[in-house]
Amino acid sequence: MITVDPATYLQLLALVQNSIIAAAVLGIVGGLVGVFVMQRDMAFAVHGISELSFAGAAAALLLGLNVVGGSIVGSLVAAALIGVLGAKARDRNSIIGVLMPFGLGLGILFLALYPGRSGNKFGLLTGQIISVDLPQLGLLIGISIVVLAALLVVWRPLTFDSLDPEVASARGVPSRALSIVFMTLLGLTVAVSVQIIGALLVMALLVTPAAAALRVSSSPVLVPVLSMVFGFVSAVGGILLAIGGSLPISPYITTISFAIYLVCRLIGRRAGALR
Amino acid sequence: MTSDSDASERSAHGPDPVRSPVLSIRGGALRVRDRELWSGLDLDVQAGEFIAVLGGNGTGKTSLLRAMLGERKLDAGTVLVGGHPAHRGHRRIGYIPQQKIAAPGTPLRGRDMVALGVNGTRWGPPISTRGDRVRVDALLASVGAEHYADRPLGSLSGGEQQRLRVAQSLADDPTLLLCDEPLMSLDLHHQRAVSELIDVRRREHGTAVVFVTHDINPVLGMVDRVLYLAQGRFTVGTPDEVLRSEVLTRLYGTPVEVFRSHGRIVVVGVPETGHHHEESA
Repeated sequence: MITVDPATYLQLLALVQNSIIAAAVLGIVGGLVGVFVMQRDMAFAVHGISELSFAGAAAALLLGLNVVGGSIVGSLVAAALIGVLGAKARDRNSIIGVLMPFGLGLGILFLALYPGRSGNKFGLLTGQIISVDLPQLGLLIGISIVVLAALLVVWRPLTFDSLDPEVASARGVPSRALSIVFMTLLGLTVAVSVQIIGALLVMALLVTPAAAALRVSSSPVLVPVLSMVFGFVSAVGGILLAIGGSLPISPYITTISFAIYLVCRLIGRRAGALR
Repeated sequence: MTSDSDASERSAHGPDPVRSPVLSIRGGALRVRDRELWSGLDLDVQAGEFIAVLGGNGTGKTSLLRAMLGERKLDAGTVLVGGHPAHRGHRRIGYIPQQKIAAPGTPLRGRDMVALGVNGTRWGPPISTRGDRVRVDALLASVGAEHYADRPLGSLSGGEQQRLRVAQSLADDPTLLLCDEPLMSLDLHHQRAVSELIDVRRREHGTAVVFVTHDINPVLGMVDRVLYLAQGRFTVGTPDEVLRSEVLTRLYGTPVEVFRSHGRIVVVGVPETGHHHEESA
């Protein structure tokens, strides 16, 4: 699939260096956030947030504002709505089901009204990392690092609250505050992912790596480490494969991520595996 | 091992030099909507005492426990733990929640659940200290769970999971252990094993135990006093004082008979809503 000669490939590589860094950081952060997404059973919420994030980005594009900023606002609004209205799992799924098409519809409306190049339009849905300019890339990397740092601070109480909520609450873990913090971190991560692989494919970096890791291990150390590695390999590998050819990046990322999941399923089925 | 015995010694000579009650409730009342479940509840629990809280569904057993945990307020009265108003996250309260079997695929191994009791409330990067690991190993050993500690939680039996719950609840060397139906859905063998772990703890460490249950039989030999909640009333006393036909008849306001045979107690005639025509005390 690499249709260019090695010298040209290296030149291209240098050009997209910053995109690769952004993808690498997102792969790592997405893998870690994904562990909690799985623990809190919020895979569907990730999808819901990403559609509103897309609407926010599309609105920003139409109004000539910062697209990353619009994406973040959309994400955080969705995260807040889901967090406030959907404390119970069943409520949550119905609220997400209602929000998702609304967000997607709004986004499509804004894109339809946008007079600019059409290439930009679908980028938000299916990924556009290469066309993100340098200051924006810096912003994406910065946000990812903030999320990473915050995640490390709340790691243990958040794990406690996610997996053993009754005892955690009795032991004084502030579950409401943690829930707000987590939804905010999730919103930020989704906003970054929308820019890199597109709103429709966010789950490939926020759900699949962690789901794959959980197939082969139950260890609270190994699961996040594997998930992080899987996210990293999918995101960076996707870009490295894509830049030599003419196909978009996202299918490479989603395919690698899915292939890893399949392999983990097979390994996990073979008695106990790494556990 | 060394640090474990240190910990035991610390608590053996531990708090409570003046024998003030570990738990003290004065004038406790609980309402559900407009209905008063009970009021005027006074209860002192001393170190090393084993109190069983009995009563049917909807008599406020779990709410009472949640008030002791500081997770809700009683509608009247005070709850003091170690002389201070109950508050969430009290370091010296151990809590064993109503048993919920962990789903297969829960990303925790047995030892990880115990570790959450040791360091689950700690902020900052999740790096286990050597001390944490030693403590977790000691707790696992104290409930005899070493050999399945590394298996995924979801693959363990209810009895094994509940042993781990006991270990988790002891993480901070509690002076008060609150147990909410810890034996539910366990077979007789595991009921005995788990309740004995709790009993050993209070004997060796003077930990006070409040044990909410719908069936007193598995713990009958351990219970010092019973708090029996029923029909908007309650009564407190030793099992022999409380679990008698005339006492429960007065409590329920309807004829109730208590039978004893082979060291078991069966209460018949409890006017429970639903189909419980007979119920173990």
